[in-house]
Amino acid sequence: MNTLAETLTVSQLSVSFPGRQVLQDVSFSLASGEVCGLIGSNGSGKTTLLRTILGLQAATSGTVHLNGAVGYVPQKIAFDMDMPLRARDVVGLGLDGNRLGLPLPSLSKRRKVDAMLRAVGAEAFADQRIGDLSGGQQQRVLIAHAMIRRPRLLLLDEPLANLDVRAVADIVGLLNRFAREEGVTVLVSAHDMNPLLSVMDRIVYLAQGRAATGRTETVVRTEVLSRLYGHHIDVIRVHGRVLVIAAGAADEIPIAVEKHPVHVCEIP
Amino acid sequence: MFASYMINGWIMATIIAVLAGAVGLFVVLRGMSFAAHALPLGAFPGAAAANLLGINELWGLIGFSGLGVIGITQLAQRQRRDVATALVLMALLGLGTLFLSLSGHYAQGVYALLFGQLVSVSRAQIWPVLALGLVILVAIGICFRPLLLSTLSPDLAATHGVSPKRTDFGFLLLVGAATAMALPVVGALLVFSLMVGPAAAARSLTDRPATALLLSVGLALLTVWASIAAAYVSDWPIGFFVGALAAAFFAVAQLSRRFRRAA
Repeated sequence: MNTLAETLTVSQLSVSFPGRQVLQDVSFSLASGEVCGLIGSNGSGKTTLLRTILGLQAATSGTVHLNGAVGYVPQKIAFDMDMPLRARDVVGLGLDGNRLGLPLPSLSKRRKVDAMLRAVGAEAFADQRIGDLSGGQQQRVLIAHAMIRRPRLLLLDEPLANLDVRAVADIVGLLNRFAREEGVTVLVSAHDMNPLLSVMDRIVYLAQGRAATGRTETVVRTEVLSRLYGHHIDVIRVHGRVLVIAAGAADEIPIAVEKHPVHVCEIP
Repeated sequence: MFASYMINGWIMATIIAVLAGAVGLFVVLRGMSFAAHALPLGAFPGAAAANLLGINELWGLIGFSGLGVIGITQLAQRQRRDVATALVLMALLGLGTLFLSLSGHYAQGVYALLFGQLVSVSRAQIWPVLALGLVILVAIGICFRPLLLSTLSPDLAATHGVSPKRTDFGFLLLVGAATAMALPVVGALLVFSLMVGPAAAARSLTDRPATALLLSVGLALLTVWASIAAAYVSDWPIGFFVGALAAAFFAVAQLSRRFRRAA
């Protein structure tokens, strides 16, 4: 498995906080250009795993091996409405935010920032204040911030949370494009796997600190998912589309289906 | 108003306005207004302590300011920042009461430390303030981008190799130093107004970070100069004008921002 194409290899990683084991023996590896969903409920250790890969959190045991630079989009940042930063300033900070000295105007920096803003479809609001942008727009800007140094691996912590359906599809499409066209390895955490099903090559499923990993088509099956969730899960394939739906209230009270709409996605 | 005894005060106020404007922008952006309020109030008993020991007031102020910074940083690791700040302020004010009562006839000095003493600034007082002020300004200039990045998101800063903890501590030290310098001249209450008022207005008036820094300094200068002039003409206290002008700038800035957002 350990070929040169591997961008990220996590082996037998354990992380514990005082009095609590958060991750236990987590192992998986991602190849160049793969999109991997890091799926789990709140508190299952998704953020801790991402932070450990980034080196922001120390591991108790195990190793993380990175092949190339890493970009990071943290969990929802609550931007101050009056923060004097435009979208392009946030992207620029991704390039030189750690440099000392006053930021002198630079043509080459401006070109790089403009190109990055275009790549994420943010040129229309490049000069607007970051606090005035919608959640989906802010997410694009943060992705541009993370991508401007051309990392080989992009980590995103719940980038789809609190976005409307349209913005979710846009962000998923954007991540897919970075992976397919530029060979960037994308590891994206989410509590709901449905929006990612159409682009996800691989799943790392976290529950009780342990991880189940595999290619999407092996994991996204009724018996596998039901075992993972400890609850009956239906995986339904209709006309080449895949639907993951939890059994429960929806079976007994059909009206609830409308209250909790599920996304229908395709697996290519 | 440009009598020779006023010139020194005027030079001093100018230096302090530049500093307060620059430091103040990050105080406001980083949500540290309470710390900026607590540090001067907590530091002024340092002057009483220095008086008691018979040393220069500035050392007492720097010492207490430093104690405040270290106290807030240490406590904030386990407490919420505002609680940590309040605890430190509480302890320092308690000490202050003790020192003041021990030093006996210091009421005049307390008044000056709270409200400033612009008229009696001597040339010898200016040099240390100018030197320390330059150091603080250069530090802000050098650390401008890391400061912005860690203000935006401590997590993002950490992934770029900028330690949020060290940045926080370093910046709080700058606030503490600026406070200690400004306190004898403009007083504990005005240091705070000058740091927060112009900066809060500046961040709403522009959406560019470097422009916001310049604007914050500019508004602080305008506030100080106009207040000195108005106080000279009217015989009302400078503090009133500083507070009123800072509040007015903030109100205008907020209105213009709403207006532009709506447009």
